[in-house]
Amino acid sequence: MVYEGIAHKYGRDINTDVIIPARHLTTFDPQELGKHCMENLDPSFVSKIKKGDILVAEENFGCGSSREHAPLAIKAAGISCIIAKSFARIFFRNAINIGLPVLECPEAVDGINTGEQIKVDTMRGQIINLSTGKIFEVKPFPDFIQGIIERGGLINYVKERLKVKGSRL
Amino acid sequence: MTITEKILAVHAGKREVSSGELINVKLDVVLGNDVTTPLAIEGFKKIGISKVFDPNRVVLVPDHHTPNRDIKAAEQCKILRNFAHEQGLTHYYEVGRMGIEHALLPEEGLVLPGEVIIGADSHTCTYGALGAFATGVGSTDMAVGMALGELWFKVPPTIKFVYYGKLNDWVTGKDLILYTIGRIGVDGALYRAMEFCGEVIGNLSMDSRFTVANMAIEAGAKSGIIEPDQITLDYVNPRAWHPFTVYKSDEDANYERVFEFDVSGIEPQVAFPHLPSNVKPISEVGDVSIDQVVIGSCTNGRLEDLRIAARILRGRDVHAKVRLIIIPATQGIYAQALRDGLIETFITAGAAVSTPTCGPCLGGHMGVLAEGERALATTNRNFVGRMGHPKSEVYLCGPAVAAASAVLGKIASPGDL
Repeated sequence: MVYEGIAHKYGRDINTDVIIPARHLTTFDPQELGKHCMENLDPSFVSKIKKGDILVAEENFGCGSSREHAPLAIKAAGISCIIAKSFARIFFRNAINIGLPVLECPEAVDGINTGEQIKVDTMRGQIINLSTGKIFEVKPFPDFIQGIIERGGLINYVKERLKVKGSRL
Repeated sequence: MTITEKILAVHAGKREVSSGELINVKLDVVLGNDVTTPLAIEGFKKIGISKVFDPNRVVLVPDHHTPNRDIKAAEQCKILRNFAHEQGLTHYYEVGRMGIEHALLPEEGLVLPGEVIIGADSHTCTYGALGAFATGVGSTDMAVGMALGELWFKVPPTIKFVYYGKLNDWVTGKDLILYTIGRIGVDGALYRAMEFCGEVIGNLSMDSRFTVANMAIEAGAKSGIIEPDQITLDYVNPRAWHPFTVYKSDEDANYERVFEFDVSGIEPQVAFPHLPSNVKPISEVGDVSIDQVVIGSCTNGRLEDLRIAARILRGRDVHAKVRLIIIPATQGIYAQALRDGLIETFITAGAAVSTPTCGPCLGGHMGVLAEGERALATTNRNFVGRMGHPKSEVYLCGPAVAAASAVLGKIASPGDL
């Protein structure tokens, strides 16, 4: 799959409390969550995101709580994929499970600045900085994870597998 | 194999597993709370399976925004309650009988050595203190877990943490885990299992062990684990709802890394804003005045914590400028604290004592901070805005420092009283 948009770059340890503060966790409506995305870190975040834009961050993105509201809020805010040096593991699973691609690529993070135009091709395993012309290789997902993303998340993946096999993952 | 690999292998129906392997694992318990479960129920309904895999093994605890903090929270809890009744779940804990999930499940004997437990709450890793593989997941994983009773995992590499020496007075499990996170950082154990061992762990009470395992997630870990010993069995045997198996790591088990810490003489630790790794010993804290102190949470709301706080607060008054909020983590702990006279000590000192709730820890209710306010808490996270206003601050510590600081109005050691 191919994603293209403007990069918005943040630091390390961007945690779930700043992505979506707990005061907003009394709903799981993605649109409602999206309105408050990153408000503890950058109150202008939501207003500057255009649909398809790409979030870029340093190490340990999404650390903290298991709230799936965090990737839901990011997706609903219009972000098409996240590139980071590393991800906290629950966030990583949650993002994949809701069909939000998350890519670990330290070189790309170092080679991208806010405002640059970025293209991500998950099948080819490439991140292209269209503003600078630099190309970064990224390890493709294992087939199993690619399958989840292509079906829009784990629920659809499981539904399909249950139909085919009659049971189990 | 390590204890973690052995538990995962058995639950995957394999003789052996090794780190990096993708496996399907049978689940003993699937846990959810009022924040994560409503979204999981929506996912569960989409899968198209009408009944959960086992109504005895799906545990729901409304503990985050309860007793309902507002109408929207009440609606979320209603979704949870209706689902629990519709599915005939045997372990749904209503307000008045509930507790903070990670204190409640061990107390109820629902999570046992050798088991695989997933919970849609990051602090599910707490149960590793019993020698179980327990890990936090999101709502979609919980939905699939409830439907199938199994989930995919990548077998994590294990990092071993060995603690030697003799602990100073007032130093407990919280100080050990803050010290450890301070040494390795908030992603120092990313994707790893943390195995805690050594003579210091062997001498820790069960309550302190829960605190240690609870904060493994704060180092980025998938799980934290402590091999069961007599202390574990003395705790588990009278409570266990069915038989269980004790696993131990082999002598020649494969560890990615081993840390050895001599913790003789370490002081009580304090984590400064805004990361749990930003740790200093109490003597280096300096002059930090505080507006609020919280003693409670899944990290430090157990009986040992309340006893330590009461020892310090007995015959003393909470500082005039400080709000001290004490939250026993379960109704069982609350009742025991009442019988032991601890609650009277707290109230006499000028503390507010609440029914069990996660409330203030995540800035939900029962102690939300205003702009510019500073709290000292026995909780687990001090990220920006964690306890309220984005311009408020949270410092983390154990119960002894929390209680002493509540009396002195600034972050202080019990020795300063």
